[in-house]
Amino acid sequence: MKLVTAIVKPFKLDDVKNALELIGIAGLTVSEVQGFGRQRGHTEVYRGAEYQVDFVPKVRIEVVVSELDAARVVDAVVESASTGQIGDGKVWVTTIDEIVRVRTGERGADAL
Amino acid sequence: MDTGDTAWVLASAALVLLMTPGLALFYGGMVRAKSVLNMMMMSFGALALISVLWVLYGYSMAFGDDVGGGLLGDPFEFFGLKGLMGTEGIDNGFAATSLVFTIPSMAFVAFQAVFAIITVALISGAIADRARFGPWMVFSGVWATVVYFPVAHWVFAFDGAESETGGWIANNLLAVDFAGGTAVHINAGAAGLALALVLGKRRGFGRDPMRPHNLTLVMLGAGLLWFGWFGFNAGSALSANGQAAEVFVTTMVATGAAALGWLLTEKIRDGHATSLGAASGVVAGLVAITPSCSAVTPVGAIVVGAVAGVVCALAVGLKYKLGYDDSLDVVGVHLVGGLWGTLSVGLLASASATAGVEGLFYGGGLGQLGKQAVGALAVLAYSFVLTYVIGLVIQKTMGFRISEEDEVAGIDSVVHAETAYDFASLGGSGGATLVGQAHAEARNTEGATRA
Repeated sequence: MKLVTAIVKPFKLDDVKNALELIGIAGLTVSEVQGFGRQRGHTEVYRGAEYQVDFVPKVRIEVVVSELDAARVVDAVVESASTGQIGDGKVWVTTIDEIVRVRTGERGADAL
Repeated sequence: MDTGDTAWVLASAALVLLMTPGLALFYGGMVRAKSVLNMMMMSFGALALISVLWVLYGYSMAFGDDVGGGLLGDPFEFFGLKGLMGTEGIDNGFAATSLVFTIPSMAFVAFQAVFAIITVALISGAIADRARFGPWMVFSGVWATVVYFPVAHWVFAFDGAESETGGWIANNLLAVDFAGGTAVHINAGAAGLALALVLGKRRGFGRDPMRPHNLTLVMLGAGLLWFGWFGFNAGSALSANGQAAEVFVTTMVATGAAALGWLLTEKIRDGHATSLGAASGVVAGLVAITPSCSAVTPVGAIVVGAVAGVVCALAVGLKYKLGYDDSLDVVGVHLVGGLWGTLSVGLLASASATAGVEGLFYGGGLGQLGKQAVGALAVLAYSFVLTYVIGLVIQKTMGFRISEEDEVAGIDSVVHAETAYDFASLGGSGGATLVGQAHAEARNTEGATRA
């Protein structure tokens, strides 16, 4: 099984969610995160005092899928989250050893 | 006694009282989340303490018979407001026996009390995040007694209003300060500067980001200040008459012009018109029109306001250049705005306004400008010097500042044992457990909610 993790622009969350639903993904987890990449931060000005805000708000989406689905999920995220501008984010795939559905105790693919 | 005048002044007193909670929001939103409660408590502490001192001896120090030179009222004449009570009974509609012009003395007591309160509260913006609460309360009481009550006498005690003889700025110098550009704003601004110097800079000043934690509170506070300020200025007519109406309009339009001036300055200098700039411009305009609201025409008020917006927007940057941590710009807004407003009478006063004086630009020469400058500088110097001494004595004896460790942790939790916001994102108690209650019989943790 694979864990697909995507960091995307917050305003793209709905598009990504819709795209993943379209390809039949049964569930995902979303969190608000902040950090920096090539986009770096932005400046804010309060009564003329300028602040460099290094961290930019992003959304992290996590999906656990079977190995076969991982590539399709990655493609769907990239396609739906892309604006072509700097700061569009990243997607990566990691292997996970075990997954358990808490309610039933099912393991592996049955737990997805 | 005039019932219409009395109703307006009592309503105005309530309006002005609301300015202090409004100021607490204005200041509270500008500090970081870890010190918003302390910021607001300094205003509420002033509300509590000064209202008591005012009734006990403050009113008498400000409006009792002059003890000499127009410098101070007799603290004992109206001690505990004695002699000001009494009405002519139910058959005469409870008309007050002691009057200030056409209103009961007690209405004037109430109206002037809230001026004293907000002047003290204004100072707190200069010492955000770092002043112990107990010493602040001591400072408030001493400062009101030694600085505000005498200065209110100088500026607001007209001969024959409450007592036979009043203060020197009002009666001898004849500077125009309709609602307190000197007594309230220059006074609080100079005190803020002195106290910021005594307490020193916050840890990380000029290096760490100290962003306002909640600009919506700031906007709401500015709105409440604007609303209450109609009582402050138009109420200072002490009558529901044409002067009150004219003052109401100059107050309104100067404030709008100042917000525009501040926003334009920001847009040109920084590239953005900010909400903090709008809120700050509103307050700068209100400060500047306070002394001049009865002396300028509505168009003159636009000039007073617009200049205040631009000048104050530029002045708030001074603290970084000069290296004093006037945290929330009491100097940049109240001292600078108060100075401009007070001097603007000497420049822009029109004889067609109710104050009846003429400024330089209206053919009045330099005479009035000179009087305005003397009044402004006298209050500035008196307030700065005495505040510095009071602050230093408290710093050396009680200790005014919290420790560096507590400052970093946040003054709210250390000094008040509270935090403003429950940021617990997990269900339940966010890690807090009830371990005791105020009543001894309930000191039983069985009933406490646990996560």
